[in-house]
Amino acid sequence: MVPAGTQVLLTARVVTRIIDRRLNGKNKSAVNRRRFLRRFKAQIKKAVAESVSERSITDIDSGEQINIPARDISEPVFRHGPGGEREYVHPGNTDFVAGDKIRRPPAGGGSGGRRASNQGEGEDDFVFNLTREEFLEFFFDDLALPDLVKTQLAASVDFQKIRAGYTRDGVPANINVIRSLRGALARRIALRGPHLARLREAQAEVDALLREGRDDEIARQRAAQLEEEIRELRRRIKAIPFLDTFDLRYNHRVNVPKPTTQAVMFCLMDVSGSMDETRKDIAKRFFILLYLFLTRNYERIEVVYIRHHTTAKEVDEEEFFHSRETGGTVVSSALELMYDIIQQRYPTCDWNIYAAQASDGDNWNDDSPRCRELLIDKIMPLLQYYAYVEVTPDEHQRLWHEYLAVKEVCPHFAMQRIDGLEDIYPVFRELFRKQES
Amino acid sequence: MSRKPLSEGSEWTFPLIERYDREIARIAVEFGLDTYPNQIEVISSEQMMDAYSSVGMPVNYHHWSFGKHFLSIEQRYKRGQMGLAYEIVINSNPCIAYLMEENTMTMQALVLAHAAYGHNSFFKNNYLFRTWTNADAIIDYLIFAKNYIADCEQRYGELEVELILDSCHALMNYGVDRYKRPPRLSAREEKERQKAREEYLQSQINDLWRTLPVKPKARDDKKQERFPPEPQENLLYFIEKNAPLLEPWQREIVRIVRKIAQYFYPQRQTQVMNEGWATFWHYTILNRLYDEGLVTDGFMLEFLQTHTNVIYQPPYDSPHYTGINPYALGFAMMRDIRRICERPTEEDRRWFSDIAGSDWRQTLDFAMRNFKDESFIAQYLSPRLIRQMRLFAVLDDDRKRKLEVTAIHDDAGYRHVRQALADHYNLGSTEPDIQVYDVNIRGDRSLTLRHTQYHRRPLHKSVDEVLKHLARLWGFTVRLESVDEKGRVQRTYECKV
Repeated sequence: MVPAGTQVLLTARVVTRIIDRRLNGKNKSAVNRRRFLRRFKAQIKKAVAESVSERSITDIDSGEQINIPARDISEPVFRHGPGGEREYVHPGNTDFVAGDKIRRPPAGGGSGGRRASNQGEGEDDFVFNLTREEFLEFFFDDLALPDLVKTQLAASVDFQKIRAGYTRDGVPANINVIRSLRGALARRIALRGPHLARLREAQAEVDALLREGRDDEIARQRAAQLEEEIRELRRRIKAIPFLDTFDLRYNHRVNVPKPTTQAVMFCLMDVSGSMDETRKDIAKRFFILLYLFLTRNYERIEVVYIRHHTTAKEVDEEEFFHSRETGGTVVSSALELMYDIIQQRYPTCDWNIYAAQASDGDNWNDDSPRCRELLIDKIMPLLQYYAYVEVTPDEHQRLWHEYLAVKEVCPHFAMQRIDGLEDIYPVFRELFRKQES
Repeated sequence: MSRKPLSEGSEWTFPLIERYDREIARIAVEFGLDTYPNQIEVISSEQMMDAYSSVGMPVNYHHWSFGKHFLSIEQRYKRGQMGLAYEIVINSNPCIAYLMEENTMTMQALVLAHAAYGHNSFFKNNYLFRTWTNADAIIDYLIFAKNYIADCEQRYGELEVELILDSCHALMNYGVDRYKRPPRLSAREEKERQKAREEYLQSQINDLWRTLPVKPKARDDKKQERFPPEPQENLLYFIEKNAPLLEPWQREIVRIVRKIAQYFYPQRQTQVMNEGWATFWHYTILNRLYDEGLVTDGFMLEFLQTHTNVIYQPPYDSPHYTGINPYALGFAMMRDIRRICERPTEEDRRWFSDIAGSDWRQTLDFAMRNFKDESFIAQYLSPRLIRQMRLFAVLDDDRKRKLEVTAIHDDAGYRHVRQALADHYNLGSTEPDIQVYDVNIRGDRSLTLRHTQYHRRPLHKSVDEVLKHLARLWGFTVRLESVDEKGRVQRTYECKV
């Protein structure tokens, strides 16, 4: 148990050990934390749902502070309730004398009354923070997303190749000449070294023999031996290859996850009287999901909110979700406005354009064919993806049928009727499939 | 005597901690403090939060309630609503004390003196700790408990184990023997005997619930024998031994929770004394260091500021008032006892004839060894301190329209205030008195508990929830009768199974 660095020292009478535990793991409570989240899944999910409806779409991708009522998670024990006789002692008396009567302070009121307890009867909320991962997990939970998609949403998926030094194998196109030759040179020097040294010695010995001018049998034999060795050494030196496969170095490239470029997301919503808060909430989840998907793929995302009844208007998020209007519905007005905005601000060469439309399917009947024409002729060619959700339990109206025609022509058009939250995902299925390929 | 200070700046290092520890230990020995060996562990603030949330134990089994505790601490710490405790100290042998790496040298020295010598000597010598806990074996036992529960989770599923633990935790405060001394813990024996106990117990239980016809002789008895023959105060013990339907591993878990509750039982009864003692000693020891010239003026200023915060007692009408601060009361009483010994007044001689003018070291040592909060206050709270703190007692009787001030800090009130304050710390009055009263062994096997009311105080409405937990453990209907002081049943709670 005692890690390295333990220091033991002796004092007058007792032994004190001082141990540095900072290197030990610090997340000892992680298990208990996970168990807490699992145990109160229902309450936390409710809190997450509430916070989603208050949160901005672009703000979805972070942790969250969660409040759950303390009584839901209290640990009950036997204790005294209010009532009966009880006597308290308090400090700091200023002007009471024995026998004074004091009005009973209101229940739960702190001073003078009962001692405030830190886990008492108060209805305070239990507050804690979820990490981003935990928050998204709870958020996804309702939406019936497959696990694969969850991981995709929770992690970034796009890769970019970047240089990462050199490697020993690769394709010829990636050979790095300088590195390879430098390696070859080093190898040649290294392999030649011992031979050269020996060569110089042998040469010196031959020279010495010649200088001495001895001409006996032993000297001749020695000289011949040396000549032979010199020849052999020269041959060996020559045999060292100039460039060996061993020397080759290739430029190394690795995949690094990287969001690519920029995207704009259009949120279109019908705000005529028939879209109530529940429907708007479903629509909001749908927009959030699309937004999350886009954040995984693009570095920079702009969101444009367009709401419409008989006329369309570009608004900020607050107004988009929270103001209501009454009156008829002309969907084409929103499409036209979107087209104008694309033309003015988001040239397709610079922007990936996504659009999501939520509506209850109501439209002025003569307007629906016009919507189809607008989409097929003008808008769809500019878009990466267009998702339409119809939040209604009623019969489909004309707009739906016209949109079906659009879907036949344009593969990147998706539409879905939504009754509950779990219906949202199918709209994205196509989108994710495209991403995987 | 002037010497070179041990350190100048606020940075701490391991060699510095050693030097401070050596000096503090020397002074502690001079004052006659008797301690376990110390094991000082330096940890980070995250680790401190971990330790904090598993009730200060270095190892513990896993449970969501510790996670909840951790989350709330983390939240409050991150928002700056609370500083972390400077110290956690574990009643074990060797005594483990944690130092946080973020602390300054002054704080480390303060914690050393407070925890490693103050609390440590209290753990080693106070009679409650000596009787009820076994410092040598607690860490081993916790490791055994953690492994055993982890093993059960693998075999029977996390959820199953969690249900049992939830129920045991609800009854944890009723898992202690208040009067009978428990046998000592020993991890090794525990493990060896656990299996044998499992089999034996199960056979015993079955015997109790034997379905064979009772001998005719028994039926003739006028008075049916009650089971248990005497009321039982230790609910978890009773369940461990007698609950009809529990599996052996479930009984073992009940036992583990019960043992841990027993270990913490003395701490709950000696908060004022324990903190007062430790605070008194860090104050005394660090002042001695200063007198010897071993610490600087800057050190003392920082120390005194922290010390003053710790012992601050807001008056009752302050918005910060949350009851009596055990550090403040305990420290003031310890100092007061020393004063009575060293400079007794005429009044002290009348009230404390036995200790006035005696050797303060011996007197304090005696008090530390032989009392718990309740008796300590009843014995040693002096009139002078009651005046200083301006204590007054208020009676809250729900039959009367107004609260009544029953006593204040004057001649007529001292004894009353002292008794009322002592009563605050009497677990017998702060926790409802609930005991196992009867089991219907010949009929529906229902379990009946009795709550004996104290000053007519009713039970909190959480009682229904707790009964559900009890019923889960017992397996059959559980009833709770609330009985007033005359023995009449006032109210009955029931949880049917």
